[in-house]
Amino acid sequence: MASIEIAGLHKSFGELEVLRGIDLAVEPGEVVCVIGPSGSGKSTLLRCVNLLEQPASGTIRVAGVEVTDPDCDIDAVRRGIGMVFQQFNLFGHLSVRDNITIAQRRVLKRSRAEANRVASENLDRVGLAGKANSYPAQLSGGQQQRVAIARALAMDPQLMLFDEPTSALDPELVGEVLAVMRRLAAEGMTMLVVTHEMAFAREVASRVVFMDGGTIVEQGSPAEVFGNPREARTREFLHRVLEPTRVDESEIGAHPGE
Amino acid sequence: MKLSRRRRQRILRVAGYVVFGLLILAVAGAADWGQLSDAFFRTDVAGSMFPEAITVALRNTILYTLLAFVFGLTLGLILALMRLSSILPYRWFATGYIELFRGLPALLVLFMVGYGVPLAFPAREIPGGLYGSVTVGLGLTAAAYMAETIRAGIQAVPKGQLEAARTLGMSHLRAMISIVLPQAFRIVIPPLTNEIILLTKDTSLVYVLGVTPATIELTKFAGDALNQRVNPTPLVVAGLLYLVITLPLSQVVRRLEHRAARER
Repeated sequence: MASIEIAGLHKSFGELEVLRGIDLAVEPGEVVCVIGPSGSGKSTLLRCVNLLEQPASGTIRVAGVEVTDPDCDIDAVRRGIGMVFQQFNLFGHLSVRDNITIAQRRVLKRSRAEANRVASENLDRVGLAGKANSYPAQLSGGQQQRVAIARALAMDPQLMLFDEPTSALDPELVGEVLAVMRRLAAEGMTMLVVTHEMAFAREVASRVVFMDGGTIVEQGSPAEVFGNPREARTREFLHRVLEPTRVDESEIGAHPGE
Repeated sequence: MKLSRRRRQRILRVAGYVVFGLLILAVAGAADWGQLSDAFFRTDVAGSMFPEAITVALRNTILYTLLAFVFGLTLGLILALMRLSSILPYRWFATGYIELFRGLPALLVLFMVGYGVPLAFPAREIPGGLYGSVTVGLGLTAAAYMAETIRAGIQAVPKGQLEAARTLGMSHLRAMISIVLPQAFRIVIPPLTNEIILLTKDTSLVYVLGVTPATIELTKFAGDALNQRVNPTPLVVAGLLYLVITLPLSQVVRRLEHRAARER
């Protein structure tokens, strides 16, 4: 059974159609990286998987449970799906430890001792064992994002969603978050990752999905998509992202020297 | 001679202080302090007000304030949540309530509760007698103001906080209780304290419901003493006792704001 099965997914914000018929399956243990230009619908696709956005039509199954079914107990499904946001979204009024234990205690009904133990384990996993008593505002962006990952992992998810997890970070802090994600992938976690980190996608992804204009333009192994893209739009995008200093003025419609 | 910029600024500042000081002295000098102190600062009149000014009047003022505040805060929270609800009739009700009770004088609402409710429900009365009537009468108005304050506080909490909580499997209610409201309340502590201070002064309206020597509050107490002694010193005493309540409140807020700033 696939971890995620998306079929015929459509989503609009008002007049704007953001997703125009997405079909995608993610198998257990796969790391699928979704790349594409801003506004291509990548994040919306991700947010539909745990119903942070309500799809207009189409079906989404997570571990066989149809989340788009109106009778689906979405809170129960979400417990099995970890999510990491671009802006971290740590709870500012809670210490790092409480950030990681509150859902364990309130949702999974774990005892305080059990929740604290799981929190320590996961903080250790992301290399922040000494920060349990800090508050989010006292941490760097990279540290906050690692706490957010630990918070998600503490719920023992079968699947992790990453929504541009390094886009809000200073460049020198990106590496520490990617290192944690790479380890997670190596341990066999099923991951759906929206990212602009092409090096990460190339190295870690089992499959790369290129989206543009609300559709999946092409997908394949990193070697295929990066090494030998079939579609012109993919080539254009990769050229602009991977070789930004080689984008010619003629490509952007500028007329120099007139 | 050309003055340096710093020197010019210093001269201007000193000149400002001097003008300000002279202005205050002029007003103070023009006043007839002898007359004023005979009227407003008679120690014998002030002395005769104690200890009842504190044991009864101040105590009741604080009690009325706290009762109305707790009632208003609870109702205000419910109204704020209704105002933000996705259910249209709830939003209508909350909006209508807030517009109505913000628009009416507190005195009128207090009067309506004190005399209207017994007429409307002759078989039942508000529990707690006068204390109950004051709680509801002042709380209804306070709730309207606090609802708007709390709503603004909830909306000031970034949407990502609720999303993160829901993503962890929390229900909407649980996420509001554990994540959004604690952060919203930190934001609204200063404006809510303002509400308490306003409410403290609104307790001076309680007299319209008819108070007994046991339920009297500061303003009425001072008013009675004024009539009895034909001297306004009691008003000054009452004023000072109001400050005894409101000044520490400001201090508490400052401390809470400090703590919240550290955690943010």
